[in-house]
Amino acid sequence: MLEIRNLRATVGEQEILRGINLSVGAGEVHGIMGPNGSGKSTLAHVLSGRENYRVTDGEILYNGKNLLEMSPEERAREGIFLAFQYPVEIPGVSTTYFLKAALNAVRKHQGLDELDAMEFLSLIKDKMKLVEMDQALLNRPLNEGFSGGEKKRNEILQMAVMDPKLAILDETDSGLDIDALRIVAGGVNALRKKDRAMIVITHYQRLLNYIVPDYIHVLYDGRIVKSGTKELALELEVKGYDWIKAEAAAAQ
Amino acid sequence: MMVNSRTQQFLSAFERFQQKSATTPEWLKNLRRTAIDSFVQLGLPTTRHEDWRYTSVEPIASTNFAAANGEAKLLRAEDLYGPSFTDPAYNRIVFVNGVFCPQFSSIRELPAGVQAKNLSAVLTANDSSLRPHLTQNSVSREQPFVALNTAFAAEGAFISIPKGLALDEPIYLVFCSFGSGNPVMSHPRNLIVFEAGSQARIVEAYIGLGDQPTLTNVVTEVVGGAGSVIDHYRLQNESSSGYLIAALEADVGRDCSFTAHSVTLNGALIRNDIHVLLNGEGSECVLNGLYLLADKQHVDNHTEIEHAKPRATSQELYKGILSGAAHAVFNGKILVHKDAQKTDARQTNKNLLLSEHAVVNTKPQLEIHADDVKCSHGSTIGQLDKDALFYLRSRGLDRAEAQSLLSYAFASDLVGRVRIAPLRARLDDYLLTKFKRSQS
Repeated sequence: MLEIRNLRATVGEQEILRGINLSVGAGEVHGIMGPNGSGKSTLAHVLSGRENYRVTDGEILYNGKNLLEMSPEERAREGIFLAFQYPVEIPGVSTTYFLKAALNAVRKHQGLDELDAMEFLSLIKDKMKLVEMDQALLNRPLNEGFSGGEKKRNEILQMAVMDPKLAILDETDSGLDIDALRIVAGGVNALRKKDRAMIVITHYQRLLNYIVPDYIHVLYDGRIVKSGTKELALELEVKGYDWIKAEAAAAQ
Repeated sequence: MMVNSRTQQFLSAFERFQQKSATTPEWLKNLRRTAIDSFVQLGLPTTRHEDWRYTSVEPIASTNFAAANGEAKLLRAEDLYGPSFTDPAYNRIVFVNGVFCPQFSSIRELPAGVQAKNLSAVLTANDSSLRPHLTQNSVSREQPFVALNTAFAAEGAFISIPKGLALDEPIYLVFCSFGSGNPVMSHPRNLIVFEAGSQARIVEAYIGLGDQPTLTNVVTEVVGGAGSVIDHYRLQNESSSGYLIAALEADVGRDCSFTAHSVTLNGALIRNDIHVLLNGEGSECVLNGLYLLADKQHVDNHTEIEHAKPRATSQELYKGILSGAAHAVFNGKILVHKDAQKTDARQTNKNLLLSEHAVVNTKPQLEIHADDVKCSHGSTIGQLDKDALFYLRSRGLDRAEAQSLLSYAFASDLVGRVRIAPLRARLDDYLLTKFKRSQS
């Protein structure tokens, strides 16, 4: 589904990604871990098409198409979803209104009928249960005054509604207490399915206790320096990142 | 007296107007004569005047405007509903190029004591009690367009709400400028009187039809009796060659609550002058303003809130969204008299620029002569938030849709302050589609 080949990207003058290779197949969940500043969030941003990130080399193929030529909205319409580390507050637009507009933009692109207000309401009521979200919250301005946990639950709710083919979760665990983490992870797990891939980016292993990935990759200094299965996460939890850094240094 | 070419057309029009008004009572003739003299003396403002520094009335000065000439005959009632956000069920008084049109107006079953009619009926009656309201402004405040309006004072709306009465149904005043064949001007004069303890919602809608330039130079005076609750709206939806000069004078009594909403949607050149005199203890003033400008449109909002008595509060929020090469001016003056202790005045002006060619001049002007007051002001000029734009696009909205949704969001709190549900809903719809249209 997703092929990243020798991806290099810069922010301003600084090269952050220095040759990423990653292959993600349908139905797979990949965890990407790494110390601060290793390039995890940059990778998420490049995948979602954010401006200010310049790809200098390599390519990304998404279902055979050149992802880097697609605008952020085209990527979303083709089934890519980014759960933001810092969801943006938008006063004056309710979650319901925004999400209906977004879903219908995607459905239109996919040649499906747009949902009317009633159809959308019944859909969202169903999805809200996944993340134990209150209806009142959805009628409030998008993310405005939401707690950290509410914002992250809202991201997962959006993911459930948008029904993506590839979901990228950028530090979805940051700022969450253990109860919120359980709810969020529960929502994500319920959304795992065989034709959907997920990339779960996190600094800490604890999220991966709840969302157990099929593969784990360690990002360090803009490269994937180690890949393995869920046991790798446990090893990182025990030993920290220093041994990874030492190994990477030795390899150079 | 010096008459220059910029005032000549108005002076000539005035002489024709006076000749036609044979039955006009003497006091009114004199008032008009004094007013035109005052106008000629003041002259049309130029950008050398501090109050008109950013707004040139040259397009008005260089156009030859005629008086109304039966243009209403070419209109149907349906032409007016859409642009004025009204429908046949509403109480409304309609004027076309300043001329009262009973065929388009509809006032149904108002409670006893409520008056809603053409001002001319009041002017020609022998009731002198309302005269002070008409003479006050034209003389005391040196505003050329107010003087010009007074010189032509004849028609407009007269509304009076009797003591203690709360009127449920809003009353709409629709002023249609219809430029058909040649440029046309009108000078509507409105008087709205709230007796003590009364309450009502009044909407003035200014709309423009036709392809010729039009000038509407309106003065509305609002008198707020003690404890009255006033909710006043101005919807400005002129044609793209429409000029609108709109003064609003409010004299607000003790414990009176005065709210004025100004919504500017379209027009070539619009100047608003709002002056609120908080003339009673504990009175309250809320000014809400929203202006949406595109192309080369120009809107100048001058507001002045005068705290003359203690313990009055004022809150002002004006927001503008500008695209194209539009130009907005905001000048918010707060004047606190020496005796107006415990004044609480807040003012905010926020501007959203969607184009690098749009221009905003914003200026607060505080003049405070009391020592125990709270006054604050703030203004911002900014662009759409990049993070918000990306967030929306990452969910599948294209750039234009994301921009329109964020623009709508910027304006939405002001729309939320509209307390007439159907008007709020229409405005809401209008904004959503307007932004979509302007950016697609």
